Amino acid sequence: MWYFSIISPVVFWQYMTLCQIVDEGGCKWPNIDSYIFYPSFTRRKRYGQLSADCDSKEALEAFAEETRAWLEENCPPAMREPVRSDDDMCWGGRKWEFESEDQKLWLERMVAKGWTVPTWPEEYGGAGLSKKQEKVLFKEMRKLKCRPALSSIGVVMLAPALMKYGTEAQKKEHLPKIARGEIRWSQGYSEPGAGSDLASLKTAAEDKGDHWLINGSKIWTTYGHKADWMFCLVRTDFNAPKREGISFVMFDMDQPGVTTKPIHLISGTSYFCQTFFDDVRAEKSQLVGEENKGWTVAKYLLQHERDTIAMAASGGGKKKKPIEQIAKETYGEEKGKIADSAVRNQLARFQIREAGFGLTLQRMGDEAKAGSPPGPASSIMKYYGSELNKDRRELMLNCNGMNSLGWEGDEFNNGEIARSWLKSKTNSIEGGTSEIQLNIIAKRVLGLPGVVS
Amino acid sequence: MALVLNEEQQLLKDSAVEFFKEYLPIDTIRQLRDHPDSEDSQNGYKKDVWQKMGEMGWPATIIPEEYGGLGFGFVGLGVVLEAGGRTLAPSPLLSSVALGASALLLAGSEEQKNQWLPQIASGEAIFTLALQEGPAHNPRLITTRAEIKGSDYVINGKKTFVSDGHIADQLVVAVRTDGDDNSRKGQSLLLVDTKQAGVSIKRSVMVDTRNMAEISFDNVTVPASALLGEQDNAFAVIEQIVDRGNIALAAEMLGSVQEAFEQTIEYLKTREQFGQPIGSFQALQHRAAQMFCEIEIGKSLVMSALNAVDAGGFDIPYMACSAKVHMCDTYRLVSNEGIQMHGGMGVTDELDIGLFIKRARVVMQMLGDENFHVQRYASLRGY
Repeated sequence: MWYFSIISPVVFWQYMTLCQIVDEGGCKWPNIDSYIFYPSFTRRKRYGQLSADCDSKEALEAFAEETRAWLEENCPPAMREPVRSDDDMCWGGRKWEFESEDQKLWLERMVAKGWTVPTWPEEYGGAGLSKKQEKVLFKEMRKLKCRPALSSIGVVMLAPALMKYGTEAQKKEHLPKIARGEIRWSQGYSEPGAGSDLASLKTAAEDKGDHWLINGSKIWTTYGHKADWMFCLVRTDFNAPKREGISFVMFDMDQPGVTTKPIHLISGTSYFCQTFFDDVRAEKSQLVGEENKGWTVAKYLLQHERDTIAMAASGGGKKKKPIEQIAKETYGEEKGKIADSAVRNQLARFQIREAGFGLTLQRMGDEAKAGSPPGPASSIMKYYGSELNKDRRELMLNCNGMNSLGWEGDEFNNGEIARSWLKSKTNSIEGGTSEIQLNIIAKRVLGLPGVVS
Repeated sequence: MALVLNEEQQLLKDSAVEFFKEYLPIDTIRQLRDHPDSEDSQNGYKKDVWQKMGEMGWPATIIPEEYGGLGFGFVGLGVVLEAGGRTLAPSPLLSSVALGASALLLAGSEEQKNQWLPQIASGEAIFTLALQEGPAHNPRLITTRAEIKGSDYVINGKKTFVSDGHIADQLVVAVRTDGDDNSRKGQSLLLVDTKQAGVSIKRSVMVDTRNMAEISFDNVTVPASALLGEQDNAFAVIEQIVDRGNIALAAEMLGSVQEAFEQTIEYLKTREQFGQPIGSFQALQHRAAQMFCEIEIGKSLVMSALNAVDAGGFDIPYMACSAKVHMCDTYRLVSNEGIQMHGGMGVTDELDIGLFIKRARVVMQMLGDENFHVQRYASLRGY
């Protein structure tokens, strides 16, 4: 079938940040670059106790005040500095080494409050907040510029699938550890021979009664070398049609037979790995959903991944010098205009498309609020968002000239522009390539027929 | 404001779609074109249908209730124009309301508004904006001069490509009362009756069979009361009128683009070659999907732009540029691809796609094409 699934930590961090940003609605030209919309349709199902009392205006105001006071008291000043690189993000897990005492303290304090996963029930490590209370919390965090205490593939990707398909025992075992940042998860989807055609995956699970023995290899496992557990698609039936022989299993990566090898990327980083399995043991109790029905779980989870990437593409990150100012410095200025009219046009065209994309996210959110079914929106947004992000990075090269291609040293901010540009190339590959998204739109939205063989 | 239609707006849209299907189906354009001597063809629109549109209240959409309007706002006008765009419905709705009524609402005195807005709202009076003078939109270049003689203005000059100019009752004419030909300062707006002595109007027959006119002014004398807004300071108002015009055009374009696209998709599903529908080929599927994405982006920009006018915010010019640029690009793409994907049939007059591409290029040019608005957008953003 169509998906293959990798996700870069930068994109991920942007998503985590986005989750904290509450839509204040409306269009605030001309600062379109800084808009970030909060489309409600992408949010995972909430498990908070909704009560009219805690959501009344007075109650929310009181909650905001309490929250602000608590954050001021408990969020260390260093955790209110902008995130400079991946190292500033806390991913947790057994192998995690905290960057600073403050980072550790901040996680512990947020965990104690249940605020790493505010709307989850307390028994799963959450705070049982209502959705509105969560919005208030994120808003207060944003006001104080608090970093997310925990970035977690477990929270954003595995948990929604576990909530929907997991057994009660699985939820009780895994969700609290995810919430506390004790276990770091990686995703085992793509294989060297199964990219866009993910359903052709061959990693084999041999039935041994109470467990399976897994042999094969997964690729693009994000931070596979730092992860503790993996959720993984394996083939449990080689005779069934390809989508009907796949199971979704979870296992501890700290066992003999698991080896991970980082993959070096053109951007100079290596957060993706290839992971090899040699008689790796997965307990039957760690099967999510039914045996041979893993494709359903996988698709549900991919939906979240695609939304994540589309959202991240709409972000743009921290406040920086406006791109038009950079272009003026690079190409000169005549009567207030960028002297190179081709660059000027290119920039204007980009910004118009960017505005259109932001407004489309907003429109889809509004439609969802108005009760329309979400439909195939996520495929449209994934395609457009990742193409737009690649264009943004190309434009950064145009506007910065040769300065954009510096690779090391403070004068080039350690090659931040070039590295971001190279990283953006993954956007239209991870989570289903642009071509796969266009296939989905053509078939599911436009109803165009498949090829008659 | 939410980017979805409320119930009332949705009803208005549905009834407009039905209306245009029944009274101004796409074949109307062929009828007008193929019977050049008929009264309708000479007029370039159907008077009886325009009267019905008046009864439906569509020219009244953006006009406040105190002037005989319905107060539906620009979103209301937008959904009707979008519906009309689907059948390429010829009517003076855009000229008279988006341009004419906007000019009065933005710059008119209480007396002028009381006199004219109820007549525009009912459809009795047709207004249009006489602005352009050369082959392309350039709102700074005004060479048509109005000299002040006593308490009158005497107008001399020529306007080109005035939409619905030859059927209009009243013109909102951009004139120069001071300054150089190319200066922003010194522009004024005057209301001129088309039956006035010295006004000569020549219909220009255009590729889309719709109405454009060349209008000459030879010592046309109007009283001081014809001045709309402030003398010498009309440039800012003209820009605001043009913004509203472009937002209205973008709404019409959105309707046309959707129709042309849907017809193309239908063709991809039914036309067979190599033993299968051509729509099964990935070479066409991906291009179709890309067009779909651009149309979705267009819907959001148009809706936001219409909302912006009703909210009256400072973002109107940004939204006007953005919506126009995007709809120009998208209409060009969808009309070109529409022809290509229809193969040989696409260049025949039997299908509608040819009518869409003809109208596309006219609406793209009207009030500034995408290049004009890309540059304007950059200027607005301060680069």
